[in-house]
Formats: sequence, C-alpha cells, structure tokens
Amino acid sequence: MIERFRNRRVAARSVRTPTAEEPRARRGRPASGLPRDPEEGTELRYEEPLSQTQLIWRRFRRHRLGMLGTGVVLFLFLLAAFADFIGPYGSGAVHRRFSYAPPTPIRFVHEGKFVGPFVYGIVRTRDPVTFETIYTEDRTKIYPIKFFVRGDSYKLLGLFETNIHLFGTGEPPDSPGQVFLFGTDIWGRDLFTRTLIGGRISLLIGPASVLIALLIGSFVGGISGYFGRWVDMFLQRVLEVLQSFPTLPLLLALSAILPPNLPNVWRVIGIILIFGGIGWTGLARVLRGQFLALREVEFTLAARALGASPLRIIFKHLLPNTMSYLIVSATLAIPGLIIAEATLSFLGLGIKEPLTSWGELLSDAQDWAALSTYPWLMIPGIFIVVAVLAFNFMGDALRDAVDPHSRG
Amino acid sequence: MFGYIVRRTLYMIPTLVAVSFVSFLMLLLYERYTGTYVDQFRFNPTVSEETVERLEQSLGLDLPWYERYFRWMLGIFVTTDAIDPVTGERWQVWSLQPVSLPFTSLQIPLPVWKPYFGESFQYQRSVTELLAQYLPYTILMTIPVFLFIWIVAIPIGIYSATHQYSAGDHALTFLGFLGLSIPNFFLALIVIYVLAGPLDVGQYCWDRADVGRYCLGVGGIFYEKYIGLGGIWPWQWNWGKFLDYLWHLWPVVLVLGTSSLAGLIRIMRGQLLDILGSNYVQTARAKGLAERIVIWKHAVRNAINPMISIFGQSLQFLISGALVTAIVLNIPTVELLYYQSLLNKDEYLILTILTFFAVVLLVGNLIADILLALVDPRIRYD
Repeated sequence: MIERFRNRRVAARSVRTPTAEEPRARRGRPASGLPRDPEEGTELRYEEPLSQTQLIWRRFRRHRLGMLGTGVVLFLFLLAAFADFIGPYGSGAVHRRFSYAPPTPIRFVHEGKFVGPFVYGIVRTRDPVTFETIYTEDRTKIYPIKFFVRGDSYKLLGLFETNIHLFGTGEPPDSPGQVFLFGTDIWGRDLFTRTLIGGRISLLIGPASVLIALLIGSFVGGISGYFGRWVDMFLQRVLEVLQSFPTLPLLLALSAILPPNLPNVWRVIGIILIFGGIGWTGLARVLRGQFLALREVEFTLAARALGASPLRIIFKHLLPNTMSYLIVSATLAIPGLIIAEATLSFLGLGIKEPLTSWGELLSDAQDWAALSTYPWLMIPGIFIVVAVLAFNFMGDALRDAVDPHSRG
Repeated sequence: MFGYIVRRTLYMIPTLVAVSFVSFLMLLLYERYTGTYVDQFRFNPTVSEETVERLEQSLGLDLPWYERYFRWMLGIFVTTDAIDPVTGERWQVWSLQPVSLPFTSLQIPLPVWKPYFGESFQYQRSVTELLAQYLPYTILMTIPVFLFIWIVAIPIGIYSATHQYSAGDHALTFLGFLGLSIPNFFLALIVIYVLAGPLDVGQYCWDRADVGRYCLGVGGIFYEKYIGLGGIWPWQWNWGKFLDYLWHLWPVVLVLGTSSLAGLIRIMRGQLLDILGSNYVQTARAKGLAERIVIWKHAVRNAINPMISIFGQSLQFLISGALVTAIVLNIPTVELLYYQSLLNKDEYLILTILTFFAVVLLVGNLIADILLALVDPRIRYD
C-alpha cells in the first residue's frame, strides 16, 4: 500500500517536470532531473502512473488459480474452435461395427519393440453365455497413428474446406484399426470428437446468454434506478414475479415451448434467449441500487443541467461507473449457465440431436444399464466440471482484482 | 411484528396471482408452438375425430383462454363443477367437516378448504390428489437434506474462517469449489456408477425384484417391500421402514446436498472472515477476552445474520437440485411429477406445480425475514 502511495506522489510531482528534451522515462529507469528522496537517499524514479486497467491486470496476474483458470478456459475454447481438426473423425461419422466400443488404448511397444504410437485392431465378439458384445484387441497387426492424416472432410473454423485431421489411423470406417480415445456411442460415433464439438455449444451458451442478460439487466436496472417512482415500482413488481419462480423449473418450462421441428441454429438462439431472459433479474436489482445512489452525484446533475437525455446519462455517465461490477458478475454467472445448459440438455429439453453439447452427450448415460456397461459415456461430464471450475477461478480472481480495496 | 407478517402475507397474494398468470401465459405459448395434449390424438388413425372433439370438450381445451384461467382460479378459491372422484358428488371447495380436537374426543365442524386445481390429462385424476400423493416424498427427501446442509455448513464455515490458510482450510475450499462445479445430475450418475458398479455394494433397487441380497439404497426412497407398509409419514413407520428410509436417503443427501453445502460453507467463511477483520473484534481481543468468546459471542453471532437472509435462496437451489436428483434417482417427488407433466403437456399440473413452487419460495423468504427479525435486534419493522 505504502509503496503504491509513494509512486502516486512521485508521479503527481513529475507531471510538472518533464521537459521537451527529456524523453518520457519508462518504469524503473532512473531519471536525472528529479530531486532525491530524503528518506531513502536514492534517486527517485519516474513511474508512468498506472491506469485502472493496468492495476486490475497487475492484481489479476498475481492470482495463480485465476491465471490457471483463464489458461484452461482459453485452452477449452481453442479445443472447441479446432474440434474438427483435433478430433480424428467427423462429428456425425458412424462406425456401424463399433457400437459402444470402449476407449482404444494407445500403445507404443509391439512384440518388445518400440514402434511409436499405434493401436491394435478392434475385434468384436459375443459372450457365448450372455450374448453381450465384447471388444478385444487383435494383437497380430498394428495400425500406426499418423499425424495430419486425411479423413472425413469438414470446414475448418467454418471457412476452409479440408479433410486433414491432427491424428488418426487413416483407415476406412469398416477397418478394425480405429482410434476412439473416449470410446463410441450407440451408433459408433467417436466420443472424443463429439466431446470437442459439443464444447462449442456448451461454451458458447454461457457467454452469449450472459451478454443478453447484461443488456436487459443494465437497461431495466438503469431505467428503474434512474427514473425511480412509478417506473421503478412497476419494474420492481415485474422483477419480484420473475424471481418468485425457481430457476430450473422455469427454464424447463420455457425450453419446452421451443417447437420440436425448430431448425438447429434457432434452437441454440432460442435457448440463449431463454437463459438471458431469465438471468437478468439479479443483475437489474443490484444495478438499480447503484443507480439510485449515482443519480444524486454531482456529475449526473451536471449532465442533466447540460441537457443530456436520460438514455445518454444512463449509458454514458452512469453505466461506465458500474462496469467493473458488471464484468465480474458476468464472469461469475457463466459457470451457473454452463451447468444449467448441461442439465437442460441432459433432461432432453435443451440441445437435441443432431446438435450436441456436453449435457446432450451425457443424456446417453441417463439409462442405468448403459451407465454400468459403458462408463466411458460419462467422460463429457469431466469437461463440464473442468470448464465450470476454470470459469469459477477466473471469476474469483477478477473479483479480487477489480476490488479497489484489495492489495496488489 | 404480527402486523408485519399479516402485511407480507397479504402482499404475497397479488404476486402469486401474477405468477400463476405468467405461468398460464407460458402454457398458452406452449400450446401455440407444440400443440395441446389432445393434438397428439389428432393424427392418430385409431382415434376418431369425434373422440378427439369429445376429449377436447371434456378437458375444457375448447374454451377461450381467459375463461380457462378464470375457471382455474375459481376452482381454487370459490367453487367448481367438477366431480369429486372420492365421493362421486360435486367437488366441494369449501365444506364443513367434523374435525376432532387434539387430546380429546370432541369433534367440531370446521370449514375445510379443498382447492380444485383442475384435472390432470395424463393421470385422469384431480391435480389436488396427485399433489397430495407426491408431496410427502418431496418433504421426506428435502427436509433432511435441508437440515443436513445447515447443520454441517455453519461449523465447517467457522472452522475454515478461524483456521484461514491452514491445510484444512485449503482442502475445504478446494472441495467447496469442486462441489459447486459438479452438476447435480453428474454427481448422481457418479454415485450410481461407483456404488452400484465397481464397488458392487448391491443391486439397483427398483430395477429388480427381491433377489435375496440387501440392495443398494440408490433409486427410489423405499424398498419395494416397504412402499405399502404403514403410512407415508415417519410416525406411522416401523423400525424396518425407518432404517430402509435412511438407507435410501444418504445417496440423496450426498447428491443434493453437495452443491448447496459448498455454497453455504463459502458464504459462511467469507462472512466470518469479514467480521474477524473488523475493528470491534480487534477491540474485543485487545480487552483480553478469551478467543472462544471473541469468536462465538462477537463474530459468529453477527456472521449468522446474513446467512439467515439467504435461507430463502437456498430453498430455490433445493427445488432446482431436487428436480434433477429425483429424475436420476427415480424418486416420486413433486419435481419428478413436474418434469413428466412437461413432457406429457399436462397443462393444469404444470400450472399448479409452478405456482406451488412460487408459494414455497415466497413463504421461504417470509420465514427468512421473520427469523432475521427475531435474531437481529437492529432490524425494525413498522
């Protein structure tokens, strides 16, 4: 604290001192024309005063878990963006012969010799007693895993048509040499690819609906807090009614309204709108309180005296003052939305086939029999947990960073 | 205080009317975009058009929307022309019934309110009956979880705050984060899988008949043999049924309690840390008070207040959590009924249960406010 205060004092004094011939010194470099600090006896350093954003960033960087969370979030977004490239198969590629195949082990040593990454062929047999399908390995032939192999075609980032995948065996779908990192589902679709692709919707819905919630929430909260009186009364009653509903049942009811024959894109948009349309209430309530306080502050009065319109005052003068709160609460709202989306899709009322998300993938595991026999169907759930944890860490770090009372 | 409670209760009425109306509007949208319950028979060649029309008439779906809503409201508070399936006569919303006074054999006639919430299309029974059948399971499932999380969360939160940055605190914080990050349904899947799968503690109860092994308490809330035995309420049970209940309860508590527990611990820890850093705690310590007194009388006493005000919110989480848990663990609660009614387009059931949830939340908030007023002498209501 003291150190920061001293920097500020020096910075304030140095504003008067720079001359034309003296280059603006960077942080930490000794600058000659300045007086000596009587306490320390060293030369005072000229420091560029840090902007609010820089201060926040500096505090944020010190939060180790927060940085880890941010890294994981970025990594997950990258995985989702390049899902078709990283996944060895197309998202809808069906392997008829490998329904519910377990994860393929990746091996390196064949008959005592190191031969690099490869897989053995998958052989499908039936248990003579229970008639259960069993997959075993054919240890005679190896299928090496190649990199940048050609396979199902897709559009990279929705732009370039290509068929190069990061890795794979390059075998046709009927061949026993397949690499299913997370196993397959009932249609023999590769769960690894589908998990990566499902991440797109799971990761999109959180931020997108938070954005909608922010828009509605700041608009309603702003109007309610700025105008007060009967507008406020009315909007508060609306809020109260909306908040009297428990969230998940309301989400279920609203997503049940979406027609079953809705085109894919519209279903996603509809779900985003529903999430955003419900999530704004808490935000609006807090914003209203802040606006009620802010509208009595001098600069608002000044703006009003200058003849600024209410909307201009709300969006230009008041909203920027609540920005840090908005950003933090938006970040902290994302994990809840990811969970909500997963829950909804798991119950079969959110994302549906042919679209996929982590929750939708988990809905295959809803059946007890499937769960006990094919436990790898639960793998997408790990992604949900990791993503939610990462967003939580990130939001926590952000909250600490924008708090002006915290040390940094 | 009494005046405050009355005022708040009266104030709930317009909110509830608005809630039910919004729910009804949602139902109209639902009908508009996905069709009504009757519509599924329209394209069925084995059902004649006359039958469909008759069904539509008998369910009241041919009436204009305002009349349907008005009739539904009327049925709750005033009267209805529906037939009571138990007595076979017209449904009496208000009736004088002899009610026996407790501890005596005296019976006096009292007005009894038996609201009519419409009929369930799917079950062909009144919604009132269905709710009466499912509600006990919700109570049996939710109240122990509720007690559990509150009894466990506060001491752990206190420990975590008083031992800040110790190994125990770090471990608890990590577990708390994890608990918040695991979706309820995924935790339920893991519990089912681990206990009934690799650990092989027993069979999955409702899946198979009695196979001679003591089956695992996952799924349902009673073992088959006990479902019909005794009544639904604990005081009507025998010892075996009670043990069976506990045996089925713990996976529910585990699944449903984890996320709420984690949240509550975090809040309690944060509140207590805030207060432990305040000036009056420092003063108390400077006076030479014992640490025990500083923490329990000065700090915890004040940290509890904000916890009470989130009491209402935790009900909200419990309802949402119970919905998922009941579906995965197959427990016949009101939440499960709600989910099924959504899938079956059972409109009056959806409407009634949504309104019922709102009642629970509003009453929960009211109770929280009353408790807060009782605990915190600084709060005044006029």
